[in-house]
Amino acid sequence: MSLCLQARQLACERDDRWLFQGLDLEVRSGEIVRIEGPNGSGKTSLLKILSGQLSDYQGELFWNGAAMNEAREHFLANLLYLGHAPGIKSGLSPLENLAWYQALSGESGNEEQRLEALERVGLAGFEDVPAGQLSAGQQRRVALARLTLTPRALWVLDEPFTAIDRHGVADLERQLVAHAQAGGCVLVTTHHELTASPLLRRISLG
Amino acid sequence: MPLREHNGGLMTAVKATLVRDLTLLLRRRGEVLNPLVFFALVITLFPIAISPDPELLAVIAPGLLWVAALLAALLSLDSLFRSDYDDGSLEQLLLAPQPLVALSLAKVAVHWLLTGLPLALMAPILGIMLALPAGSYAVLALSLALGTASLSLIGAIGAALTVGLARGGVLLSLLVLPLYIPVLIFGAGAVQAAIFGEGVSAHLAILGALLAASLMLAPWAIAASLRISING
Repeated sequence: MSLCLQARQLACERDDRWLFQGLDLEVRSGEIVRIEGPNGSGKTSLLKILSGQLSDYQGELFWNGAAMNEAREHFLANLLYLGHAPGIKSGLSPLENLAWYQALSGESGNEEQRLEALERVGLAGFEDVPAGQLSAGQQRRVALARLTLTPRALWVLDEPFTAIDRHGVADLERQLVAHAQAGGCVLVTTHHELTASPLLRRISLG
Repeated sequence: MPLREHNGGLMTAVKATLVRDLTLLLRRRGEVLNPLVFFALVITLFPIAISPDPELLAVIAPGLLWVAALLAALLSLDSLFRSDYDDGSLEQLLLAPQPLVALSLAKVAVHWLLTGLPLALMAPILGIMLALPAGSYAVLALSLALGTASLSLIGAIGAALTVGLARGGVLLSLLVLPLYIPVLIFGAGAVQAAIFGEGVSAHLAILGALLAASLMLAPWAIAASLRISING
């Protein structure tokens, strides 16, 4: 079953200024959609609207053809959103952080899966260190470990490359392409230049 | 990649949230001890400032203990959702495919376990300092245990509404204090009744009713308030 997220005539106003107006957008399986635009052009707001966090907008959203209000539960079960803030608790270890995220989606999971996910993002050996003692890049990697730990069809990633080193950036890019090739779908904002790929599509704001 | 159906797991999520918040707070003991120390300090100062006369103290003790406990609970509310808001886990909580009502109730339960319950257990010891007449200690602890649960639930609505504001502390107090007054009246009333040897069951029953009402209504209000805050 393929997925399809549609937005019709989206408009968002902030402080008496239109961030965007009359925006039509359709995202399907097998696509990487990059939202582009200068700072303050509403990229984060658009991602928040599309992931159902902001309700202060005009226009309509559809998930697989059904209005978002009705399909919200199914939509959330298939969404993985990574925001500006990584959402990692500094008082908990990476393992504990991931355990909560896994449980939040209703899976109890096991420690082996979590260790494997951490190893994949290059954090083997840091499993039990309080996340507050990790660097910003390492904290971001803990958040990125959720991509493999809790597989979801739709990824909405707000600046996922922030604080990641060059090696990690290449890894993450490969992961995005692999996800799209497997029939998933990625919505991403980044100032980092993504390698050209037939799956990549751009949407410009501002 | 196949799409998933939402497959429940609510209990897993609630349990994990309880464990997570308990672990976090037990690792930051200062935050847990803060309201307790405040409570103890206030109660210690009163006999010094007013008079050590046991007869006078016994009259005002129920009110003092309840007011101090209420303020101590209020003091700890601001941090309830603050750190989750700052590090982005609050938006993840809102995007979880689980009812936000249940998850926020779990967070409030942890707040009560580590604030309200310790206050209730500590109050009888502080009661000795205020020469609280024998026979009212159990009622004091019980009324505080019941009452602080309502206070945590009602206060969490205010905490959720003000979490997006940089300095929400004062506004939070203004918002929730009026709602605290019924709990205060019947809580202090229960202890007073115990001292005068009257029946306490009516007061405790009303405290229980207030708790039942807050349990039913507050989680929805908390969830709605969190949605409003994250929208701003």
